[in-house]
Amino acid sequence: MKPAPFAYVRPETEDEALSALGEYGDDAVVLAGGLSLGAMMNMRLVFAETVIDINSLQELGHIERQGNWLRTGTLVRQADALIASEVAAAVPLLQRGLRNVGHYQTRSRGTLGGSVAHADPSAEIPLCLATLGGEVELKSQRETRRVAARDFAESALSTCRKGDEMITALYWPVAMGVGTAFTEIAQRHGDFAIVAAAATAWRENDGLSFSLGLGGVEGCPRVLDGTAPAEDWDAAVKDAVATFVDTLDPMEDPRASAAYRSDVAVHLGVDTLFQALREAAV
Amino acid sequence: MAGSDDRWVGQAVPRLEDAALLSGHARFIDDLAPMPGIRHVAILRSPYAHARITKIDATAALALDGVFGILTGTDIAAGLDPLASAVRAPMEYYPIAVDKVRYVGEPVALVAAVDRYVAEDALDLIEVDYEPLAAAVDPVAALDDSAALVHEAVGANLVHHRTFRYGDPDRAFEEAATIVDLKWRYPRQSSTPIETYGAIAHFEASPERYTVWSNFQGPFILQPLMARALRVPGNRLRLVAAPHSGGSFGIKQALYPYMVLLAAASRMLGCPLKWIEDRGEHLMASSASADRADEIEAAFDSDGMLTGLRFRNLVNTGAYVRAPEPASVYRMHAASNGCYAVRNIAVDNRLVVTNKTPIGLNRGYGGPQFYFGLERAMDKAARTLGLDPVDLRRRNFIPPGAFPYDAPAGAQYDSGDYGKGLDLALYLADYEALKARRDAARAEGRLFGIGFACGVEPSGSNMAYVTLAQTPEERVKAGGRSGGAAIATVALDPSGAVTVQLDSTPAGQGHGTVAAQIVADGLGLRPEEIQVVTALDTQNGDWSLASGNYANRFSAIVVDAIAESTGRIATKLKTVAGDMLEVAAEDIELRDGRARVAGVPDEGLSIARVAAATHWHPAGLPDGLEPGLRDSATLSPDVLDAPDETDRVASAVTFGYLCDLVAVEIDPRTGRIRIDTYVSVHDVGRVLNPTIVEGQIRGGFAHGFGAALLEDLSYDVDGNFLSGSFADYPCPTAADLPHVTIGHSETTSPANSLGSKGMGDGSSMLTPAVLANAVADALGRDDIEVPLTLDRVWQLAKGAS
Repeated sequence: MKPAPFAYVRPETEDEALSALGEYGDDAVVLAGGLSLGAMMNMRLVFAETVIDINSLQELGHIERQGNWLRTGTLVRQADALIASEVAAAVPLLQRGLRNVGHYQTRSRGTLGGSVAHADPSAEIPLCLATLGGEVELKSQRETRRVAARDFAESALSTCRKGDEMITALYWPVAMGVGTAFTEIAQRHGDFAIVAAAATAWRENDGLSFSLGLGGVEGCPRVLDGTAPAEDWDAAVKDAVATFVDTLDPMEDPRASAAYRSDVAVHLGVDTLFQALREAAV
Repeated sequence: MAGSDDRWVGQAVPRLEDAALLSGHARFIDDLAPMPGIRHVAILRSPYAHARITKIDATAALALDGVFGILTGTDIAAGLDPLASAVRAPMEYYPIAVDKVRYVGEPVALVAAVDRYVAEDALDLIEVDYEPLAAAVDPVAALDDSAALVHEAVGANLVHHRTFRYGDPDRAFEEAATIVDLKWRYPRQSSTPIETYGAIAHFEASPERYTVWSNFQGPFILQPLMARALRVPGNRLRLVAAPHSGGSFGIKQALYPYMVLLAAASRMLGCPLKWIEDRGEHLMASSASADRADEIEAAFDSDGMLTGLRFRNLVNTGAYVRAPEPASVYRMHAASNGCYAVRNIAVDNRLVVTNKTPIGLNRGYGGPQFYFGLERAMDKAARTLGLDPVDLRRRNFIPPGAFPYDAPAGAQYDSGDYGKGLDLALYLADYEALKARRDAARAEGRLFGIGFACGVEPSGSNMAYVTLAQTPEERVKAGGRSGGAAIATVALDPSGAVTVQLDSTPAGQGHGTVAAQIVADGLGLRPEEIQVVTALDTQNGDWSLASGNYANRFSAIVVDAIAESTGRIATKLKTVAGDMLEVAAEDIELRDGRARVAGVPDEGLSIARVAAATHWHPAGLPDGLEPGLRDSATLSPDVLDAPDETDRVASAVTFGYLCDLVAVEIDPRTGRIRIDTYVSVHDVGRVLNPTIVEGQIRGGFAHGFGAALLEDLSYDVDGNFLSGSFADYPCPTAADLPHVTIGHSETTSPANSLGSKGMGDGSSMLTPAVLANAVADALGRDDIEVPLTLDRVWQLAKGAS
């Protein structure tokens, strides 16, 4: 469990980082928290000629409100986001999701951007971002672009990031006065979720609108957008969630069968969505 | 802490080991560098479960800067003899694959390099051509005629089959009013110590000898086996234990093939070699408990008395029978009656080789698998007979007046009062209230269940029990085997300071603390004044075949050797002090650091001064006394005799007892098991140190809890290994464990002078069975297997509701 040889670059500015990425491209990896990357390099599941360590780039560690968005720099640590008052006020779903991310120790090191870039199927942060309709900011020497989180991940551990691009920030829609809920099932607390459910709901017209994201079921987060009556929504929501889960093709692995994932996705999705709707309806 | 009238033994003396462990000063195998010039080893391992090696090309790897040498199985085997085991079959077991690989992770080549990084770079450059073969993976399927043969020369994958009969089991089953049976699979599991295997091997050419430093835990019966494989007399293979071991729980027994591998490689490459196993290697290829396909039948008369038991065990031993296997299926054999007075027992043991990692010691060693059958069957019988599971056990218990109890298969139970321990468990769990809560929960449609299990805990093994794998005739031919010796050495140096040497190679249990308590009591000193050396060195310390850290040996046998040696030192101290003080030795007492005249506390000498006199002034000693103060006591309990011609054997010295009562509630939607109540009552004989005993119980429970709910070293049908990281092999952390209420119901053991019994394994043996019983009760079905993962419980609950 020792990595293969690699060159190590530690840029001092964002421009230097993008320049290094422009130079090495697909032969380079970006090191943020390193919790997944380090282990995968140690196990020689990932080989990289160059590791670009962005931990000196303090400008990527800020959280700021930009109109109807909360912008979190890619290097914001999960532990910091978990207790940040801006996050609690503007993106309560993220805070609820972060409680399930790893453990105290890993959250101190792990970053928001790193988790989105890694695109683990069961990861909580990209699930929250996709559910809320957030965006991923990607920069290269060529351009800066923003991609909808729902389009960012293409399959498990695979995204639309190009070799010379780096995630520089995540954009979270500010959710004032809405309901949110996050639940997950894992064998132990802090494990990769077998199924994770993130929900947000808000009043719209005379009823309620919602988004329900499911993680760990397929290779990337899947989101159901829908509406519900202002009250007595039980049957309608149950039907909607069951119909939605029917369209999914759940993963099968030694931890859980596809049938388990499918069944639990319905229970968890309904429970989580109910919580969000109740909160929004108050 | 203790006043002068108190004894240290029995008190919660804080562990003397912890300061070093907690402050980072403890030295483990990876901290050692016994000589300069050590090269670092990485091991190329098979990606196939079963394949012929047709070619190995290490040219490119050898050309890499920093690579010192590369050896293949063919190179190594040329200088080694195969490692022997008790099963005689044409299976040559070398620590590295020679012509074909037989499990994923089997060593194929060894690289020595300037550091581990370069060594692993070189692994990537070694080219091996494999011709993949069909794999035998499942123990039942491997018995089929069409199954791939793991060892062609054997001609079958069944490598051992013995049957045993005690009493008249056939008649018991013929006359039975009720028979219950169960058939189940038990998974492979690991001990997961936080420190993996590690060893440093050094071959010296002049004189020719090997030295291996390691975190090997014993049993040292494997030392002569290693020497034989290396083709040297025993005194040319020196084994040294690292000062600290980061946990073992049995698994570091199976380090020994790697010690042989490194020793041989050190000789061939002409330099000392160090290998620290990584976690991936450890989970994949170190060792495991056996996966088994077992069956049990239990016969009862019309009064609910258990009259007969039939066990059919099928043990998947993996690719080789690695000594001391097949001991895992014989560990519990002599105690096949469990806590019960049943006299008629039949046992059928089969051992099958497959393309999986070889099995070995793992906490509880054979106990979890045994009790899963017996205690699940007792619970099923209670439901079948319409009796309370607790009452069924109680009526079948060996009565308290029957000890020492001669068990049908030969175990000699030293002491016990099983009903009293049961009473305590019922009290602590508030059993009647618990049953009322179950009724209430069920009335609401909730899945609430209560489970019970009890068992004996054999401790301090007879080294000969594994020879049950041979027929009585084969045993006679092989020569007698018996015993389970312990050696402890107590010495007072010229300054009067005490050093104790143990042969128990602890891995964190706190043997040093308990040894210091015993010696402090015997010599009138304080525990922190005693230095305890546990880094066993076969060249410079005393050891025996039985030395090591396994089968709860410490508080069953080792403590007695410590007490014996201390007693002799005390006698000599009193003799010398009596002489110096001109009183009779019998009038001297050792207290508060002084040898003083009984009844005249002011008259006496410091123990240090008396000890010093034995070194500095031998001529002044009473006639017949040797200079110095050093004593080594070697004990082997008389009860540990050879197996007899009817295959009865006294397999262990002490038989502790435990009973667990648990209540669970299951969420049928997710399969989540909530532990409502967990009570565990233990009879460990006299409690030598309550803190350490509690730690051992909680640790054993943690292993049992993981085994019950989480852990499975799983393979796919082709023998690919699926549990190669802690993400894929989840074991419980402290935060995942429920609260356990612990009770003690003590019966003093007559088997040693302290009255203590071996302990530490117990909960790991019983927890899987008791949790399965509770789940069976909650779901009203008996087809329960572990681990009870979310998915599995969800499926079972679906069928139940």
